Amino acid sequence: MASFIQLLVSGLATGAIYALIAVGFTLLWQTSQTINFAQGEFVMLPAFFILAAMNLGAPFWLATLIGLLLSIVVLGLLFKLIIVDPMLRYGVLPLVISTIALSLFLKEAAKDFYSSQAQPFPALVPATDLNVFGAVISLQSLAVLAIAVATVLALHFLLNKTRLGRCMQATAQNPTLARILGIPVERMVLYTFLINGVLVAIASILISPIYLAKFTNGETLGIAAFLAAIIGGFNQVRGAILGGVILGILDNLSAAYLSSQYRGAFPLIILIAVILLRPQGLLGRVEERTV
Amino acid sequence: MNRLGTFLVAAAAVFAVAVPFFLKPFGIYLISMWAVLTIAAIGLNLTLGYAGQVSMAQGAFVGIGAYTVALLTQADVPYAAAFVAAGLFCFAVGWVLGYPALRVQHHYLAFVTLAFNTLVFLVLRNEEWLTNGIYGINSIARPAFFGWSTGKALDFYFFCLGALTVLSLATWWILRSPWGRAFVALRENPVRALSLGLDTRRYTLIAFAIGSSLAGLAGALYAPLVQYIEPNSFGLGMSFNLLLMVIVGGSGYFFGPFLGALVAVLLPEWMRITEGYYLIVYAMFVMVMMAFCPSGLLGLVERALKAVGRRTPSPILRSEGVGQ
Repeated sequence: MASFIQLLVSGLATGAIYALIAVGFTLLWQTSQTINFAQGEFVMLPAFFILAAMNLGAPFWLATLIGLLLSIVVLGLLFKLIIVDPMLRYGVLPLVISTIALSLFLKEAAKDFYSSQAQPFPALVPATDLNVFGAVISLQSLAVLAIAVATVLALHFLLNKTRLGRCMQATAQNPTLARILGIPVERMVLYTFLINGVLVAIASILISPIYLAKFTNGETLGIAAFLAAIIGGFNQVRGAILGGVILGILDNLSAAYLSSQYRGAFPLIILIAVILLRPQGLLGRVEERTV
Repeated sequence: MNRLGTFLVAAAAVFAVAVPFFLKPFGIYLISMWAVLTIAAIGLNLTLGYAGQVSMAQGAFVGIGAYTVALLTQADVPYAAAFVAAGLFCFAVGWVLGYPALRVQHHYLAFVTLAFNTLVFLVLRNEEWLTNGIYGINSIARPAFFGWSTGKALDFYFFCLGALTVLSLATWWILRSPWGRAFVALRENPVRALSLGLDTRRYTLIAFAIGSSLAGLAGALYAPLVQYIEPNSFGLGMSFNLLLMVIVGGSGYFFGPFLGALVAVLLPEWMRITEGYYLIVYAMFVMVMMAFCPSGLLGLVERALKAVGRRTPSPILRSEGVGQ
């Protein structure tokens, strides 16, 4: 039982990070039909921004701030202006190809211009363990969970309780109607890209102390984000959150209790089952234009 | 096929036959790899470019084909039989993978096939009793036919080139047959195709199965070419690579995969001088091309020909004038 709680907490922590990545992924899909195959690399990169800033002598808090800003500008603004905007008119597939190429580009750039070795990354909290009813729970897992939950709650508040958020939702649901109602659709789409920049930066800060900063980190993270988004529902923020949490817990529990060799297979089997039985995802709405 | 097209194809064929005599063994290995990957890309072009079904599992089928041949030949099955078995097995698996395609489209299909690819990779890695796991399979023999041994690089290249010729002619024939028209109808307007009495279910499955079996046959050549296979070669990376080849060359153009594979195989070698940076350059090249000409290099050629205004684009570019 104690080990079950341990696994559950670390699963929740991983799942919360997956959820952050998946939420950003679904936001881009909802507002601009961008399937970002480079989302995993987007999470890998901010850690390197921060490390580079620290190498230049910045303290960790300043470096984090710089990393966050760079992430918003490069992975949010520039990604939209340079990659997405010129290609929206061609439809979904060319953009998919382009983001696949972008993921290759970012991975190689991190390897060639920083390092091919895994880099240690400073943790937010000291690596101590707490003893709760016999279960050993790392303070790091709890901190990760707390920050991720806070981020998701903040996003939820922004999207549902503010005027800006409602405008963004309107843009996602029906751009034409939103434009008629006087919502600056282009600006709302841009905001979702910026929010994605923030989300991937936070995910990067949370995950890099655990996995170390390495140029190949994006491969697994990107796939985890797709899986979470599809399992939960491509067109719902709360679907992506649910998907991420399911994935994180499943990953930890299946490795411990079923088969560690095939831990990677369980999420895929769920994915295939979800797509075949409920293509809109567990919490998704049916979208006529896509299926 | 007009005169310009015929001339270009003939010139390319002569070049393909003559060029290995001027190359060192590594160069011959590279052009053999080009021939092998072209076959897999032709398969993907059929599934994606003509029938419009996104597949991100082409690399997995190359892997299935390669392992089938490696395991069968080590069990003393003649190579020719193993080659056919690889094609048939991938045809069957591709057919089954086609079923999700009946239910979902576009990005959902991309993700199902992506998941399938990862599952195949996991099986290849974990089922050590069959595949020898991460250690892979060593010293795969090159075949001999009626006393002609393909053990040397040059001989094996001609074997690959022969297979490429036969398979691309077969594909050309399929695309010109009613099946080919049906595939294009599937891509352009599935609802209309259905209303005209086309059995879209069956044609989707056929498109998947044929595309996959071509990948399996490519794998059947890949194993004896490289002579050492391991699961990592057939992960998502290979599938993405094949996808990029089809798109870069021009998806839906018959000769797109030939050109795309050429770029993907040779570019890294030409760019040796840039040391490690060739993947960065390749990635930038793909992104720029997607932004300006998503129909690929042959799309660019067609656009250029139109701009010159000399003639309507050669039908050799587009099989029977169909395309995006």
